Amino acid sequence: MTAAILSIFVLALSAPYLHRLAGKRSGWVLASLPLVWTLYFAVCSVPIASGESLSASHAWIPTLGINFSFLLDGLSLVFALIICGIGVLVVVYSGGYMAGHPLQGRFYAFLLMFMGSMLGLVLADNAVTLFIFWELTSVSSYLLIGFNNDRKEARAAALQALLVTGLGGLPLLAAFLMLGQLTGSLELSSWMTQAQAVRASPLYLPIVILVLLGAFTKSAQVPFHFWLPNAMEAPTPVSAYLHAATMVKAGVYLIARLSPLLGGTEAWVYVISAVGAATMLLGAYLAYQHTDLKRILAYSTVSMLGTLTLLLGVGTHLAVQAAVVLLLAHALYKGALFLVAGSVEHETGTRDITRMGGLKRSMPLTAAAAGVAALSMAGLPPVLGFVGKEVYLEALWRIPAATVLLAVAVVTAMLTLAVAGAAGVRPFIGEAASTAHPPHETPPSFWLGPIVLAGLGLILGVFPVLVESSLLSPACAAILGGPLEVHLSLWHGFSPVVGLSAVSIAGGALLYATHARLRGFMSRTDFMFRWGPARCYELSLEALDRLARVITRRLQSGYLRVYLLTIVATTVILAGYTIISRVSWAGAFSGPGVHPHEAVLAGLIVAAAVAAVFSKSRLGAVATLGVVGYGVALIYVLFGAPDLAMTQVMVETLTVILFVLMFYHLPRFGAFTPRPARARDILVSLMAGALVTGLLLAATRRPLVPRLSPFFADKSLAYGHGRNIVNVILVDFRGLDTLGEITVLSVAAMGVYALLKLRMPKENSK
Amino acid sequence: MISLILRTATRFLMILMLLFSLFLLMRGHNAPGGGFVGGLVAAAAFALYTIAYDPAATRRALRIDPRAFIGVGLLVAALSGQLSLAAGRPFMTGLWATLSLSGQERVDVGTPMLFDVGVYLVVLGVTLTILLSMSEE
Repeated sequence: MTAAILSIFVLALSAPYLHRLAGKRSGWVLASLPLVWTLYFAVCSVPIASGESLSASHAWIPTLGINFSFLLDGLSLVFALIICGIGVLVVVYSGGYMAGHPLQGRFYAFLLMFMGSMLGLVLADNAVTLFIFWELTSVSSYLLIGFNNDRKEARAAALQALLVTGLGGLPLLAAFLMLGQLTGSLELSSWMTQAQAVRASPLYLPIVILVLLGAFTKSAQVPFHFWLPNAMEAPTPVSAYLHAATMVKAGVYLIARLSPLLGGTEAWVYVISAVGAATMLLGAYLAYQHTDLKRILAYSTVSMLGTLTLLLGVGTHLAVQAAVVLLLAHALYKGALFLVAGSVEHETGTRDITRMGGLKRSMPLTAAAAGVAALSMAGLPPVLGFVGKEVYLEALWRIPAATVLLAVAVVTAMLTLAVAGAAGVRPFIGEAASTAHPPHETPPSFWLGPIVLAGLGLILGVFPVLVESSLLSPACAAILGGPLEVHLSLWHGFSPVVGLSAVSIAGGALLYATHARLRGFMSRTDFMFRWGPARCYELSLEALDRLARVITRRLQSGYLRVYLLTIVATTVILAGYTIISRVSWAGAFSGPGVHPHEAVLAGLIVAAAVAAVFSKSRLGAVATLGVVGYGVALIYVLFGAPDLAMTQVMVETLTVILFVLMFYHLPRFGAFTPRPARARDILVSLMAGALVTGLLLAATRRPLVPRLSPFFADKSLAYGHGRNIVNVILVDFRGLDTLGEITVLSVAAMGVYALLKLRMPKENSK
Repeated sequence: MISLILRTATRFLMILMLLFSLFLLMRGHNAPGGGFVGGLVAAAAFALYTIAYDPAATRRALRIDPRAFIGVGLLVAALSGQLSLAAGRPFMTGLWATLSLSGQERVDVGTPMLFDVGVYLVVLGVTLTILLSMSEE
């Protein structure tokens, strides 16, 4: 498992080079690795089906309980197969779809990086590892949505997706850390054994809310659904892969994964079911009123994510079965439909369904795939989508007092059927519409994906037994935390559920027939959405911008003296307040006696400092400041700190040299500031001096920690192999600090260099 | 302003100062000195050269852009800490070996001294970068 994730990341890194080597065949070449892993995971289903699970663990930060630990059970197996399997087809498809794009190699790199991250996410058994892969999927999604970064809309959509999913990531991390505190472990598998304790804890409700925030933002649930349709700015293979089959299901995965731990309580069931039902209905409604092929598919994805969330929230055996079947069915048909949408746009140059028609004659293979996928989406026999919809309606029928849910489900099913027809059937039938250039059947890299995905949906619909015990049962068992046998069939015999199904099909057919008329009417309800969550997102971004502008205008004056004044005054006020309020000053000024030569030296330093302030020439000021510096160095010598003294002398010397070098370039020496400002500066300087004096007095009044000096004196030679304690501390005992300091020094030098050297010529700056 | 006396003196002083800076660097672990002050003394040597000649002459004498010293120094300092990782010890654990010189002299050498060399290079590079770019203004 670790090898699978690692090798995909390595492939991602080397993808641009491999693309250059392989040229036009790069898609087929790069798809071979995911194909290998698809086969590997398919083989893994044998031990998984017999109830085992595979795990691997690599220590990362063991002292904090953070490990790269991975677990392959029924649930992660379904996801791993979807990720790798559809990944193969999408990479092949990208080879055709992105052909000729100057950055095709980079596209592969991002796509494979996402594949590795997503695989890591579903295999991770450690909360921190899971979280890191979770965020990596957000980052790679950002890069892919904004791939055509010369488009303003693409950049905005990428940022929106990143901000919304990132916003949910932080609560998720908080929830993981809380669970870690509660259970004393960060391993998911060990959380599962403590489910009782977690549910009884007062932190249970906060944890559920935070986890759900993460899941709902990632899986585009109401009210965070708006980012997903906008993410359709991404190249179509990305929409098919990330925003239909895999990434958006990460939230669903999380809910399923944590169900045995957190699920089953009232809060869990009601919140998830309500949000899921709302998302499902709203998504279907919005899908119905759009005409852009990709947006229609995106909204119907939102609707399906709502359905999956609802089912996992309900959490009965049947509901979980339905969720797993629908998850698989949706990945297959929605992936196919997105790829078809890309092919159609590639051939006709448009994505508007009202401007295409009759494509089945020119693109027969694509049309066949689209038709079968649309059947599955509509929930019509004999495909997997139908099987899933039957179980799903029955699951809702069986729970008591769920009339509202059932009604919502039936209306959604009607709308979805109509949408499936509009997106998957209508473009291919009827009169051929006039398009920018005449459409042709696409090359194999284009139709392979849709045919395979739609074909799988058909085969599994007719023979669900193929995956019942090998895939679906273990997945349900992982979600429920106990064994479950899944039995599916196309025909269950007559029951009220069949009646419901028939009603939904009839209603859907009606909606499909009246689509053109109803759509126009519905688009008049747009005003209801003007104040929706998307608007809130925009407003909060604008507010943030405005706040940043106000703060910047206040703080960033551009004058060094203002910055200095701000820094010094802030320090004086904050540190000074603490010192005055916390330190008692009784007897503070009775130090050890002062020798006469020390007093003379101190007097000299003070006199030089005063002289520097009143100096009439710059040279005088520099010289007197030099006296202050060398005087301090002398004090170091007197008190037995030769290292400090040497460094002080060198710094002082170099400062003077710098002054000398800069002398002729400096502006006129004189008083620039008006009197009140000078008074303020004097006050702040005096306070700063008083603060440092006070700090020193307060520090020396405390007894020094008696262990430290003898420790360094004793151990310096033994541990550090040196007799100069100062140096041993600098390079050994506190070496990490020094490493940090020289790094800061380097950055400062780069800053000075950039300021002085990289000034753009004035005429270029505008 | 060209001063023949200063230029002539600089030729000798500079070598002495650079040697002294290396001396400070090497003795630093056992007596006053070390990479920081050593780097400053070396920088002062080049500063003197800059005053006697001009910044361009200093750059020619250096042969290497002073910014390269910063990068190399940071790299040396960071790598000196990594060596202990290879030995299976935590980052920046000092590794020591004792060298026997001729006679009875024995000298300890270890990764912290390499770290000090990194500090020396960074300080030299930083000071020269600032000094030269300012004097070229």
